[in-house]
Amino acid sequence: MTQSYRIETGGLINRNKKISFKFNGTSYFGYEGDTLASALLANGVHLVGRSFKYHRPRGFFGAGVDEPYAVVQLYRNGETEPNIKATEQELFEGLEASSVNCWPSVNFDIGAINNFLKIFLPAGFYYKTFMWPKSFWYKIYEPFIRKAAGLGVASTKHDKERYEHKYEYCDLLIAGSGPSGLASAYSAAKNGAKVILAEDKPRYGGSLLTSDVNIGNQSGKDWADGIISELKEMPNVTVKNRSQVFGYYDHNMLVMSEKVSDHLPKTKKYHPNKRLWYIRAKEVLISSGSIERPIVFGNNDTPGVMLSSAAKEYLKVYGVLVGKKPLVFTNNDSGYETAIEFKKHGVEPIVLDSRSNPQSEIIDEAKNLGINIKNSYVVVAAQGYKKVKSADVATISEDKKTLGKIENINCDCICVSGFWTPTIHLASQSGNKTKFNEEIDAFVPGVSKQNETTLGAANGVFTLEETLKTSFEKGKELSKKITEKNNEVSIPNVVEKKYSKHDKFWCVPLPKGKSYKRFLDFQNDVAVSDVEIALKEGYRSIEHVKRYTTLGMATDQGKTSNLNGLQLVSEIENKVVPSVGHTTFRPPYTPISIGAIVGREVGKHSKPTRKSPIHNWHEEHNAVFVDAGVWLRPRYYKRGNETLFEASKREAKNVRTNVGVCDVTTLGKIDVKGPDAAEFLNRIYTNAWLKLPVGKARYGVMLREDGIVMDDGTTTRISENHYHMTTTTAQAANVLSHLEYYLQLVWPELNVNVVSTTEQWAGAAIAGPKSRDLLQKLFPKTDVSNEGLPFMGYVEGELFGVKARIFRISFSGELAYEVNVESDNGRFMWEKIIELGEEFQIQPYGTEALSTLRIEMGHVAGSELDGRTIPYDNALEGLLSKKKDFIGKRSLQRSAFVAEDRQRIVGVIPLDKRTSIPEGSHLVKDANAPLPNKKLGHISASCWSVEHDNPFSLAILKDGKNMIGEKLFVMSPLKNKVIPVEIVSSHYVDPKGERVRS
Amino acid sequence: MLHIKCPHCGIRSQNEFSYGGDATVKRPELNKEVTDQEWDNFVYNRVSPRGKHLELWQHLSGCRQWIKVERDTATHEIFNTYKANEEIA
Ligand SMILES: [Zn+2]
Repeated sequence: MTQSYRIETGGLINRNKKISFKFNGTSYFGYEGDTLASALLANGVHLVGRSFKYHRPRGFFGAGVDEPYAVVQLYRNGETEPNIKATEQELFEGLEASSVNCWPSVNFDIGAINNFLKIFLPAGFYYKTFMWPKSFWYKIYEPFIRKAAGLGVASTKHDKERYEHKYEYCDLLIAGSGPSGLASAYSAAKNGAKVILAEDKPRYGGSLLTSDVNIGNQSGKDWADGIISELKEMPNVTVKNRSQVFGYYDHNMLVMSEKVSDHLPKTKKYHPNKRLWYIRAKEVLISSGSIERPIVFGNNDTPGVMLSSAAKEYLKVYGVLVGKKPLVFTNNDSGYETAIEFKKHGVEPIVLDSRSNPQSEIIDEAKNLGINIKNSYVVVAAQGYKKVKSADVATISEDKKTLGKIENINCDCICVSGFWTPTIHLASQSGNKTKFNEEIDAFVPGVSKQNETTLGAANGVFTLEETLKTSFEKGKELSKKITEKNNEVSIPNVVEKKYSKHDKFWCVPLPKGKSYKRFLDFQNDVAVSDVEIALKEGYRSIEHVKRYTTLGMATDQGKTSNLNGLQLVSEIENKVVPSVGHTTFRPPYTPISIGAIVGREVGKHSKPTRKSPIHNWHEEHNAVFVDAGVWLRPRYYKRGNETLFEASKREAKNVRTNVGVCDVTTLGKIDVKGPDAAEFLNRIYTNAWLKLPVGKARYGVMLREDGIVMDDGTTTRISENHYHMTTTTAQAANVLSHLEYYLQLVWPELNVNVVSTTEQWAGAAIAGPKSRDLLQKLFPKTDVSNEGLPFMGYVEGELFGVKARIFRISFSGELAYEVNVESDNGRFMWEKIIELGEEFQIQPYGTEALSTLRIEMGHVAGSELDGRTIPYDNALEGLLSKKKDFIGKRSLQRSAFVAEDRQRIVGVIPLDKRTSIPEGSHLVKDANAPLPNKKLGHISASCWSVEHDNPFSLAILKDGKNMIGEKLFVMSPLKNKVIPVEIVSSHYVDPKGERVRS
Repeated sequence: MLHIKCPHCGIRSQNEFSYGGDATVKRPELNKEVTDQEWDNFVYNRVSPRGKHLELWQHLSGCRQWIKVERDTATHEIFNTYKANEEIA
């Protein structure tokens, strides 16, 4: 393929480096420095997609972030990404891209039939057309729309790319490296401020790359290059290209997306694909420039119709002609710049100017070059289907209402300029109250809410001289506030051409008898007629018009369409634009990949993984792990081909008959110290704590203020003013915050300190009838007899030279102990227990056996203390002190909490003594009752009782107290199970609790 | 993301803090008789003002102190921050 639209010389591309790429399966080449759009245009490719609704042919409209059409599916290094703007995507070797919205192909598109049926697809078509008949939705409309619409397909594969987040602080963040960005960055940096200058494009300089101006005896571009290289050398300045500041959030935090690797064939090793910067700036300077807006005319979406500024950029930056017979249609002087560039490269443009007799320096230059200029002329409609072939043009009356005789002009592109719209998105996001500027027919920033200033074209200032002057001054003024320095930089002289006033004209009237589609929103196919319908149907608020017609709702967020939409609404409604108001600007300014937002927090990186100091031993002994919050705990230790069920039964059984050991390091541990510690515990827990002697442990329950159980656990008095509190694994962090809340805010007079010691101690629970014999072997010098260390007793001992804490507490219901040693000695302790336990047939047990043991004992845990139950529900009312007040006590008087038929924990056994009961199932009286069947309770936990060798469950059941002996049904629609059951006591094993005291 | 000045540590990002609700609510004293209405007001009933609001935050991933933050609920402006037991003028 030859690049028939590439001019011989010129542009900022590197002609020494050819790059080959594929579009829709065809191979092309471009040069280093091209975008996919400029390379395709160089090859004469104008047809890149189909429109969203009518599937009309789509070409290129812009040259950057404002592009509404050229959205492609990109393939890179075996991955695919949808919704890529061809105008932003830099060319790299081997790039492959394809059109979206086309089925089966861009040249023959079945959806284009919509174009001929457009009578059925007016404004609100989502709401109207596909609503009827209802039965058609799933089978006909929805699959059809899915197949024919959309902006590409997201990959279903795991994203192998890496995305990073970075946090940064600076004095000044400057968004945009055009003349105002460069000038303000330069003066602020020279004045000692810490500056970040962000540019979304690969090249710095903004409008200076394409405008014909001089700054201090240099071309605008050379001046920009000089400033950038000087800034890059300064230690207090960070200059970033390919970096879009897309969101302005509270307290001057801005988020910027840096494309680190998108322009490369493959991400370099250890590099991210994108980096998201969270920047907290003392001051923000918005120098985001402006975007040219189109003039609306018939068939203005035909490929070959594009913004005049884009045509100029393709020529000056990429050396690409967007056409060889260009028509420039303008209402202001900018169009002449484009025409002059064409002329300089030997192409004869025709300029149609809607103004009757405009006069200015640049128009004189165009005239002197012999450019054909037609005043009071407009384009009525573009002709051609897949590409512009000609234009119907006509004179227009001074009041812009009457068209003259229609003539046809041959052309291959129409470059439109309807004047400039300041890019105020960031200012508006920050809370700035924008105002309408009649001079330029657009909104500009008004009163700032945060520390933000908008400069240059983004502020509606379109002369370079004023832009540079105010930007140099602002950079100095704002940096001075921060650095208190006063370094002056001189403001260079500027040579630029004077412009005349633009024409307040934005929409060409329809000629009599014609019904051309005149598009406002190019990506979402919203035409003038759609907005007219919406208004006729009674939509008034601009926000409602937007949602009903989808104007400005596509991925380009109406960057080229919003103002013309407002003009239309204001015209029909006979209101001025400012009273119509613009829709809310919300971040992101331009689409951001989900991967970049998520960053490194994926998979195992989404939360920390906590492992006990004994973890490696478990791994070496075939432990199968389970997530317990952020902890990894052994669920069971697999022997041979054992299943979970078999292994946990074996482990639990061995605890009941011999002795088992379980890693309980993960339990939350909090040191409570101070002279008022006992008083504090007495207020926090529901039971009495003032008389607990040193060397004794007590089980405690704490409530929230609303009476719901918050957590339970044992707390041991280690010494006079020192208590060791344990919490459940899941609630450890919440309990600490809860304690701190009361100590710091409610009872600051209490002299108590709390600190988490969870990670300081490794813990092993030794449980079973032989546990005392084993303990004696472990601690030969310590009296561990029933008298020396009674139930709920505590002693300190020495485990082969290692200091240990020994608690006689039990979760399994068996005679049991918990030994704690400093974490570093955890594995030593564990191996000693296993070694010396061998003669007692010791086996390690995991969380599954642990659950079995506690369930058949009727001990409550997280599945009963689920944030919905009070002490009574868990049969814990015996722990409620009548003598003292405690957190949450007053709430227990609530009528629902004292109701006679209050829910309560019960045991559940299947009548056949074989069928396992799924956790979460509901209990009902009558299995055949009509739906909704009244729920009496739910199964909170299930196990296979090793003591009785049949299934056993715990349930929270309405009026549980009086339900013992009742026959009910367990229903699990999820598992499709109906199981007849009997309600029994929740204490299924050792109901008197004799074993723990034995 | 808010920027909150912890009176103990200085200015930190919101993600170091956790929100704790209305700071003007006072827990009834222990062992004091309270009516159902008083208790309900303490446990459940909160005003949800638009504008200035004194609220509790805990500097969870910092000094772990509970602090009081005077914030505008509409604009998110923070006017002042106080230690847990600082007198508020
Ligand atoms: Zn702090």
